[in-house]
Amino acid sequence: MSPQWIAVIGTSALVFGLKYLGHSVPERFLQNARITHINALVPIVLLSALVAIQTLTDKTKLVIDHRAAGVAVALIALKLKAPFPVVVISAAATSALLFHFA
Amino acid sequence: MAPLPARLRQNVGVSVKQDSLSVSLTVGAYGSAFGAASVAAHFSVLQTCLLSLLTFSGASQFAVIGVLGGGGSAISGIATATLLGTRNALYGVQMAPRLKIRGWRRIVGAQITIDESTGVALSQSDEKSAQEGFWFTGFGVFIFWNIFTVLGALGAQAIGNPSAWGLDAAVPAAFLGLVWPRLKTKSHWVIAATAIILALSLAPFAPAGVPIIATTILAVVFGWRA
Repeated sequence: MSPQWIAVIGTSALVFGLKYLGHSVPERFLQNARITHINALVPIVLLSALVAIQTLTDKTKLVIDHRAAGVAVALIALKLKAPFPVVVISAAATSALLFHFA
Repeated sequence: MAPLPARLRQNVGVSVKQDSLSVSLTVGAYGSAFGAASVAAHFSVLQTCLLSLLTFSGASQFAVIGVLGGGGSAISGIATATLLGTRNALYGVQMAPRLKIRGWRRIVGAQITIDESTGVALSQSDEKSAQEGFWFTGFGVFIFWNIFTVLGALGAQAIGNPSAWGLDAAVPAAFLGLVWPRLKTKSHWVIAATAIILALSLAPFAPAGVPIIATTILAVVFGWRA
């Protein structure tokens, strides 16, 4: 079997296993007040980190490029209470324009 | 939570579907980048499509083709992808009590437990909208991600560089839109800022994905004291 096939099968099996495991942890695990607090903060830290990493890094380098401008426009759109599609499309349009003309 | 008037409730439903659709299209379209990158990394079109169907976790998929494409072993590719996949287990823990599913539904639900389905679900204010957000976004991203993977794999040049379409900014903008409504108190903002600083400080040194996962430590530290 080629390394590619081993990678496809191994990755798929393990990543699904992790997803299923998460769904199968006993519910009492979550009824602790401390766990609930931590759980509520998890999406805040992960989503914030995803925004930063996907905006400001290129592989392992920190960069400021067209994406940062796009996300800055998204930030302004959110401050102005724009609906979600407007936020996303304004970011994409800004970034694409800068990519082509800057 | 007090029951909402019917008209308001309807609007809530519409906005969940709208959120789901915009996230699905935006993220799904990025599948073309994966399809193209995977074929460029010497995976066959069939292997590329199977990764999108079976692994169905963008970061893990990019990791595995990146490692093997860069000359890494199958084992190190699998390890990196799995490390990135631990995020999904965490999402499953959060989604399970909200979805309350068993048997084959749990298998399907687990497979579509990704950043976007969990993000949309968790940004809803009531359980029904959370469930709708999860299923609509999960299936939506799954459908578009797989369609665009095929397109990207078959015609690597057809859609071309995702930067040219602004897709590389649209994805973080979508994440920003998802975290925004969750930042309700000053301490939430402090925690978000700390997470950004930690992730960016780790990025130059840690393997891809680790700077993101590492921020869960902050959730534990801040949540412990709360």
